[in-house]
Amino acid sequence: MTYTIEGKTGAWEIVVGLEVHAQVISHSKLFSGASASYGGEPNTHVSLVDAGFPGMLPVLNQECVAQAIRTGLGLRARINLESRFDRKNYFYADLPTGYQISQFTHPIVGEGTVEIELADGTVRHIGITRLHMEQDAGKSMHDQDPARSFIDLNRAGVALMEIVSEPDIRCPEEAGAYLRKLRQILRYLGTCDGNMEEGSMRADVNVSVRKAGEPFRTRCEIKNVNSIRYVMHAIEVEATRQIEVWEDGGEVDQETRLFDPSRNETRSLRSKEDAHDYRYFPDPDLLPLVVEQEWVDELERALPELPDDKRDRFIKEYGIPRYDASVLVAEQAIADYYEEVAKGRDARLAANWVTGDLFGALNRTGRTITDSPISAAALGGMLDLVSDKTINGKIAKEVFEDMLETGDSAAAIVERKGLKQVTDTGAIDAAVADVMARNADKVEEYRGGKDRLFGFFVGQVMKAMAGKANPAMVNEALKKVL
Amino acid sequence: MSLTELTIADAASGLRARKFSAVELVRAHTDAIAALNPRLNAYITTTADEALKAAQQADEVLAKGEARSLTGIPLGIKDLFCTNGVRTTAASNILKNFVPPYESTVTANLLRDGAVFVGKTNLDEFAMGSANITSAFGPVENPWKRNGDDAALVPGGSSGGSAAAVAAGLAMGATGTDTGGSIRQPAAYCGIVGLKPTYGRCSRFGTIAYASSLDQAGPMARSVRDCAIMLQSMAGFDERDSTSVNCDVPDYSAAVGRSLKGLKVGIPAEYRAEGLSAEIAAAWQQGIEWLKAAGCEIVDVSLPHTKYGLATYYIVAPAECSSNLARYDGLRFGERVPGDTLDAMYEATRRAGFGPEVRRRIMMGTYVLSAGYYDAYYLKAQKVRTLIRRDFTEAFQKVDVLLTPTAPTPAFAQGEQSDDPVQMYLNDIFTVPASMAGMPAMSVPVGLGATGLPLGLQLIGRPFDEETLLATGSALEQAAGFTHRPAIRAEAAK
Repeated sequence: MTYTIEGKTGAWEIVVGLEVHAQVISHSKLFSGASASYGGEPNTHVSLVDAGFPGMLPVLNQECVAQAIRTGLGLRARINLESRFDRKNYFYADLPTGYQISQFTHPIVGEGTVEIELADGTVRHIGITRLHMEQDAGKSMHDQDPARSFIDLNRAGVALMEIVSEPDIRCPEEAGAYLRKLRQILRYLGTCDGNMEEGSMRADVNVSVRKAGEPFRTRCEIKNVNSIRYVMHAIEVEATRQIEVWEDGGEVDQETRLFDPSRNETRSLRSKEDAHDYRYFPDPDLLPLVVEQEWVDELERALPELPDDKRDRFIKEYGIPRYDASVLVAEQAIADYYEEVAKGRDARLAANWVTGDLFGALNRTGRTITDSPISAAALGGMLDLVSDKTINGKIAKEVFEDMLETGDSAAAIVERKGLKQVTDTGAIDAAVADVMARNADKVEEYRGGKDRLFGFFVGQVMKAMAGKANPAMVNEALKKVL
Repeated sequence: MSLTELTIADAASGLRARKFSAVELVRAHTDAIAALNPRLNAYITTTADEALKAAQQADEVLAKGEARSLTGIPLGIKDLFCTNGVRTTAASNILKNFVPPYESTVTANLLRDGAVFVGKTNLDEFAMGSANITSAFGPVENPWKRNGDDAALVPGGSSGGSAAAVAAGLAMGATGTDTGGSIRQPAAYCGIVGLKPTYGRCSRFGTIAYASSLDQAGPMARSVRDCAIMLQSMAGFDERDSTSVNCDVPDYSAAVGRSLKGLKVGIPAEYRAEGLSAEIAAAWQQGIEWLKAAGCEIVDVSLPHTKYGLATYYIVAPAECSSNLARYDGLRFGERVPGDTLDAMYEATRRAGFGPEVRRRIMMGTYVLSAGYYDAYYLKAQKVRTLIRRDFTEAFQKVDVLLTPTAPTPAFAQGEQSDDPVQMYLNDIFTVPASMAGMPAMSVPVGLGATGLPLGLQLIGRPFDEETLLATGSALEQAAGFTHRPAIRAEAAK
């Protein structure tokens, strides 16, 4: 089903392309030795190169190039062995040299693709147009003083990857799925931490609308949206605005807009006429960037298993449903945790416990998988007790809660609480006899054809044995006497 | 001989032989600066006290027998090289109080080899000019005089302060930078030797940029050998400059005086341009005869795209400068003129900070890079630049070195050509093509013209073959026996 927005004149499709700015994980900046780490007192991670002092020259950081290539490989994209750096010229207080070094005409990564999966299980492929490297600017702070602005150059010169998608996205949900998937890939690769709150991943959203079968209409670019939820909102809000403009007989102007989440609207930032003329030209301080195919191959061999591959392997290797596999590969750490629990055990049972009780517990306690109160080894130890019938599934839940609280091992808890499953037929038979005696009327009813009461007897026996009885043996014993 | 008349080579042996001390040598120069700089204006900043201190240290090093190639040698440094703790202005108001906390690679190399810096020499603002009249610190006067005429002549530009200082004995040598002729043309106007190395031979780190793809530092001195000694120290790979080239630095002094037997010297037909003065044409012919006599074979060659050199240069260089100079915005360093808004501050700062020639080139560069004009100007210029480079590559398949005039005329008087910027640009017509191609080139003084002013010839070599330039240059130097000295000089002022 195509997603559409209903207007006065009928249904409208939306067309979206995303430009994602992802901050590269690296020790130092793209063209200087200054630290690229987040935070720090203002203007403490700044070299003379970053501050644009006279005579300073950029020197390309090879680690950033490696990260861009890894990302390109992760996006199953073409790596351009020769690329180039251009200058994008504009004046702003937080742009020390008066130009941003960026790969305008010859990016390091060409066409690629990202596979996304929607809630209904639909799989779509979103094309990647290109990925290029560029410098980040500094930060202007206008709220520190009534009359003056302050500039923090810590971020100036930090390496960014701009990842541009094809206009393949057709609904807000796809945009969300694409961003989550992109973030997942970047995190797997270790090339960007994907933290949108800290601004290490930001999106420019290109939106247009059209009637079915039409070519593309004019698009607007919504700048610097900093959460996936806002991206999805912005698309809807902007598409609705454009539909109104068209339906009122107007023209959508190609312009740059800002999304205001508090008022749920987009506002014009600058029109095409006011657009900067960036006067791009090749940076004469830098030689063309030439990388050897052997180096690309070497980086490729060292890549971690990517989420899609891992998901497919989980389905095959562990026999778990695709949905569970997708959930388990969402983060590398979850996948690692799961694999440790599943190894040599009932993998389906492991998947149920991890995606069910463990995720629930993490949610409740506000923890993440990396600081989970129950380690993978501990959860595995508990599953071992289930498998060897030391405890049954119901008792396992109790043990799990205790583990969460005390941090003790499952075996210790079972021992301490005497939760070991009772498989002694004598004890079970005695309990059965006792329940029958105390419920003679119900026994009569059952024997009179009220089959539903069987469950009642099971419950009473289990209750009498504090839940520790082997449920199969209880069934057996009851069937015999009834 | 007076200490201010010595060559670097002779002074270095004199220091080692204890004929004089470094302090005496340096003091002779700082005294000369004190006496003559008020008139010549060759230096923007003088550092006599620091120089004398450095000279004392040089004497200690000499006493220990640990002297390096330039120990105790007083040099002038073009005020485009950033010098740690010493004001560096680029001859611009916008940097008139800028004191860099770092040293350029080229000057660091010279200091490593013991050189003593006596001051920062004047130049055209941001190295943009051919007569050293665009400096915010006033024009430099050429120490040479026309016969029977006391008119103040220009020293050429942009390294005019360096050329005048070396010619007048206010330094034994000086650094220059050459973007379109800024070492060679003032060297010719002031009767000294100036060498622009191959692009990438000397690091640009810490040198204030004019046009990054063209800028190259080089030595200016009173002999070919002195240029070899200085270049030896200045040259070399620098990982802080991505465009510096990682190849060995040969023994340049060994090339000086090398036999030229069998060397093929190309004479490019296109340099017989209109406006070439008769005296320079004659000097050129004389140079050809001298090289023939030294055993060279003279070959006529063609560099067909020469005529596009100047036009191409005045697209590429302003384009790069418009971007390179964007950092002078009054925010982090340099002079600031306040404004009500950020844009108003930029406008006021840059209007007050930049002189008319710099503003002109920023405007030209901004224009040629603008959307809609980029293809017609910048892109086309880059294509022509490739053709100019190919002209040289093809010529160097037939010959080892090219001989041309350095400039179409000798030095002219202040005010004579300054009304028409295009007329001024024509001074660089012979020097610009080698710059566009990145080839090494050198100007050597070969005689005096009809009015008593020095004339220079230019040698252009293959990439990274500065040795052939030095060998050929020393042959011209020897044949010419150029011992003329300018009217205004330290020795004469005594």
